[in-house]
Amino acid sequence: MCGIVGIYLKNKKHQKDLGKLLTGMMNNMASRGPDSAGFAIYDKSNKYKYSVCLNADLQNQNLSKLLKNKLSAMKLKKVSDHVVIETTTKPEKAIGVLKDIQGLDIVGYGKSIEIFKQVGNPKDVVKKFSLDKFTGSHAIGHTRMATESAITTDGSHPYSTGEDECLVHNGSLSNHNNLRRSLVKNGVEFKSLNDTEVAAGYISNSLKNKNSLKDTLTSGLKDLDGFYTFITGTRNGFAVLRDEIACKPAVIAENSDYVAIASEFQAMAHLPNVNKADIYEPKPGVVYSWGN
Amino acid sequence: MDFDLSKKKLTDVNAFLQNIDLKSNQRDFIVKNPSGSHALCAGLQQEINVSIKGHVGYYCAGMNKNASITIDGNVGTGVAENMMSGIVHVKGNASQSAGATGHGGTLIIDGDASSRCGISMKGIDIIVKGSVGHMSAFMAQSGNLVILGDADEFLGDSIYEAKIFCLGRVKSLGADCVEKSMKKSDINSLQKILDAHDIKADASKFKRYGSERKLYNFKIDNVGSY
Repeated sequence: MCGIVGIYLKNKKHQKDLGKLLTGMMNNMASRGPDSAGFAIYDKSNKYKYSVCLNADLQNQNLSKLLKNKLSAMKLKKVSDHVVIETTTKPEKAIGVLKDIQGLDIVGYGKSIEIFKQVGNPKDVVKKFSLDKFTGSHAIGHTRMATESAITTDGSHPYSTGEDECLVHNGSLSNHNNLRRSLVKNGVEFKSLNDTEVAAGYISNSLKNKNSLKDTLTSGLKDLDGFYTFITGTRNGFAVLRDEIACKPAVIAENSDYVAIASEFQAMAHLPNVNKADIYEPKPGVVYSWGN
Repeated sequence: MDFDLSKKKLTDVNAFLQNIDLKSNQRDFIVKNPSGSHALCAGLQQEINVSIKGHVGYYCAGMNKNASITIDGNVGTGVAENMMSGIVHVKGNASQSAGATGHGGTLIIDGDASSRCGISMKGIDIIVKGSVGHMSAFMAQSGNLVILGDADEFLGDSIYEAKIFCLGRVKSLGADCVEKSMKKSDINSLQKILDAHDIKADASKFKRYGSERKLYNFKIDNVGSY
């Protein structure tokens, strides 16, 4: 099953409540995915932000000491077992530095994105990360009912395989092993055996090759075999794509203040003035995007 | 009688509506704040009127028998699935598989219905005032699917003996589904359906689609069963 949610704020007055709005959406989708949960929050910054997950050993150590003199103008924000490292050091250097630290896993990076994911019931996960305190312009979330790969943080969504990019997925892909092999040959790195990570890598690889998000997702209809409703996040917004059979649900609510998407309307029932929003289903095989 | 789902449990409301005391004169009910609840008003059996104020989730009014249910909002997957009789009226849009496997009664959707509307319908009449998504009336066995708007790809794929009437554009027909001649008897029966629900449309302007009967072993001797 799995539940996916996303919200893009058109009206800045709601930005202070982004975390609160997403918390309600995640909680209402807990029944669709009780195994693990994760979310990506987009809040623009002048510095780079590296979201990292620490193993138990590393959580007891002083991370700022370990990173001293390696990253410039560094600031750390610890949230449960995750840390967001803010620095002016560019990804080409910073990623290498972070990869050298054993027990540290980079879950996402960019000038806007922060990613948090953990195993456990989504209602507990959002509490652990204090999601209701986050602010920002748009956000994406996932509640997972595991199918083809293990219930681990690595197996949790969102998957981020490029700067300020992430992907959540409800469904399953059948050609991910072949596609993974061909992407690895092109230099794309994967951390898990999860099918969604392959789709995320496919999208990042295409964007890196200067294809537009719309063209990338349209090509995905041909190259990604399986069932899916995707929400893919970028620095400025997000896009939605359903496969051409469209058996995985999705509903969109849009008004002048925001656009929200979820697996079920239940996830959006608490959003302000949702009953007066334009509510519709994204059509199969059609790319919908906002802010991109 | 009013029920507020923000204060009352869904299962309690459903249980009440499924077990109406016919000695009481109460026949009209309002359900407020459905907030996307699933299986709301499923399995109602008595001639009662229920008005739902807001958007609902999956399988609303499923297996309905006799009740008249109006939804003042949008509905999720499988509204009125396996309905036996009665009327279900959706004032907004419907998600996929609206009226799936319905045996009887009428489902009216004022907005659009998405994919697989009327999948495997078995005698229900479905009237969609907007458009329908792809693979609508897939394996439809009996009943009428009336579309006042357009239909997406593969309309009527693998259809048996249901009749499809469409006023708008059909993107493509599915396997074994063909356009059929609109006979006088078809125009009359369609006009009867439209008039019965106060829908202002001229039946003679519709096109009819049905089975070419090449995909399944149609036996003319059994035609009365459909």
